[in-house]
Amino acid sequence: MHAKRLLKVAAVSASAMLLVAACGGSSGSSSSGSSAAASGGAAAETPGGSAFAGPVGMGEGQVNILAWPGYVEDGSTDPAVDWVTPFEKETGCQVNLKTFGTSDEAVKLMQGGGWDVVSASGDATLRLIYGDLVQPVNTDLVPSYADIFPDLKMQKFNSVDGVAYGIPHGRGANLIMWNTDKVTTPLDSWAVTFDPKSPYKGAVTAYDSPIFIADAAVYLMATQPELGIKDPYALDKTQFDAAIALLTQQKELIGEYWSDYTKATQAFESGSTAVGTSWQVIANLAEADGGHVAAAKAKEGATGWSDTWMIAKDSANINCAYKWVDYIASPSVNAQVAEWFGEAPSNAKACDLTTDKNFCTSYHAGDTEYWKDVYYWNTPTTACLDGRTDVQCIPYSEWGTAWTALRS
Amino acid sequence: MTTTTATHRGFWYRHPGLRQGGLLTAPMAWLVVVYLGSLAALFLTAFYQVDDFTGQVVRSFSLKNFQNLFTTSAYYQSVFRTISIAVLVTVLCLVIAVPLAFFMARVAPRSWRPVMVALVLTPLWASYLVKVYAWRSMLQPDTGVIAWFLKPLGLGGPGYGYLGIVITLTYLWLPYMILPVYAGLTRLPDSMLDASADLGAHSGRTFRSIVIPLIFPSVVAGSIFTFSLSLGDYITAQIVGGKVTMLGNVVQQTYVTNLPFAAAVATLPVIIILLYLLAVRKTGALENV
Repeated sequence: MHAKRLLKVAAVSASAMLLVAACGGSSGSSSSGSSAAASGGAAAETPGGSAFAGPVGMGEGQVNILAWPGYVEDGSTDPAVDWVTPFEKETGCQVNLKTFGTSDEAVKLMQGGGWDVVSASGDATLRLIYGDLVQPVNTDLVPSYADIFPDLKMQKFNSVDGVAYGIPHGRGANLIMWNTDKVTTPLDSWAVTFDPKSPYKGAVTAYDSPIFIADAAVYLMATQPELGIKDPYALDKTQFDAAIALLTQQKELIGEYWSDYTKATQAFESGSTAVGTSWQVIANLAEADGGHVAAAKAKEGATGWSDTWMIAKDSANINCAYKWVDYIASPSVNAQVAEWFGEAPSNAKACDLTTDKNFCTSYHAGDTEYWKDVYYWNTPTTACLDGRTDVQCIPYSEWGTAWTALRS
Repeated sequence: MTTTTATHRGFWYRHPGLRQGGLLTAPMAWLVVVYLGSLAALFLTAFYQVDDFTGQVVRSFSLKNFQNLFTTSAYYQSVFRTISIAVLVTVLCLVIAVPLAFFMARVAPRSWRPVMVALVLTPLWASYLVKVYAWRSMLQPDTGVIAWFLKPLGLGGPGYGYLGIVITLTYLWLPYMILPVYAGLTRLPDSMLDASADLGAHSGRTFRSIVIPLIFPSVVAGSIFTFSLSLGDYITAQIVGGKVTMLGNVVQQTYVTNLPFAAAVATLPVIIILLYLLAVRKTGALENV
């Protein structure tokens, strides 16, 4: 009798909970369904609504930032490297930071919401814009925008139909890096990372993200011109399969893949990784730790990044967000970030403020020629980005599945 | 009885149904909404698609994800690799835990017990990541502690890869095997061991016929921990796995670009664990835990 009643009560409370869950579930799905429809329909207009009209007023007290590691330093990595504290003192906006290791991670975090600004690379920007996750930026409210290099403004990956979606941050090339104890002759080619007869078999590394397929495509552009690859982000079926075949062959050489830059730094430093693709900041950190490493741009060309500070569509701290994007793109801060991260600054005036006076020359900040064979990360789409209309290209979602299958 | 009734004439006493309902609602809500609800959502998502460009979920029903999963050889290789890692880790934990727990519970002086239990538990006080990164430096090819140790024997270290994952996971989940086995062994009545000896059984025979059957439920309980924890792990594979990946890595890699496919992959460990629990139930071990 007693046990029976207990069961009955349990059943009633459980079914009540189910009912609540069902109601919550259906209302949730209908609301997100309508927003998806709205974003689909809004593709003709500007996605993400209209830009903030301004003026930029008092800060809200905090700003939530998503950034690549090394872009937002508050002195915790190196006490001498700190541009967050002055910002907080100046504006009263407390910086809450989360870093990410790949563009996919950034997109996923943005989809989760709760962020105000994000430093997005070209393979994330369009997904953020058309995913209705970021808003257009009113560049009149960002005084630093005037000094940005003209060839970084209003590019395919940071604007739509003449509407700016962010403030350019800086650019760089993905480099070939090696441990000088293991590799005694300086390298200038990706060949040792792709050639099946590479002497560094088992100690090669590669970037663990679908976008790395483009690195294989860049190598194929130089070594197999008959494939006719013009843009490593616009690959038709034949070209894509050739890139995947090259990567499958490369897998034999790989010791480990990296997406966490601290792991890559440690691996290059210790020599467990002898050679592979890397970022300048990894070379800098490994060198600062006393590691014997070197890095260079390969002669075949390279993939690279041109990053953009974007503002989340539903930003709750819009004033602090505008203060941040202006601050981070301002000459002196842009110079500090560029020197710390090891990339070319986006602000032309930053070049006069770097501690190393040759910095902008060695990073080719204004050298248009240098950037000709650097292919900035972009989001591959079914419509070929190189303008071909006779074929369909492989979209990014299939790059993702192909990469996962390759890695499994 | 009558005196206690007199002192508890409150509302909750007069309505036992409401009282039990109130007590049960929170745990039931947890179980149904958070636990079963999320599993149901996971399973449902596995049938959806994604928009090719933005990577956002499109709610149209199809079996494409499961088709893709079962027709690409790379994925089922990954399934078998993951199961084999989980089984190896469980077996290794068992081989290490049973003698250790036996020593702790039956051989060592009773006064040592709390100290030894505390020692077994100490690794659990350190962060998971710290421990895995420690193993990363120990497993390092050529220069790591393990490689250095094996060099005089003419052997190379295991390096980063399959073996590295198995060793690290065995280290991580060992306490979860030792504790239930130890608890099982402390409950073993001395009289049974004495009786076995009195009847002329050797220690080996006693172990086979008395100890193993009696601690079997504890071993099963421990194996559920080690097996399921290994099956779902992906961070260890990322740090010490070299280029070897587990099922969790497939989920981690696809959940951004293709959430429904990741959901389809994530249902596999759930199914494997359910099958494992069913197999365990058949042995009857769960009835005594």
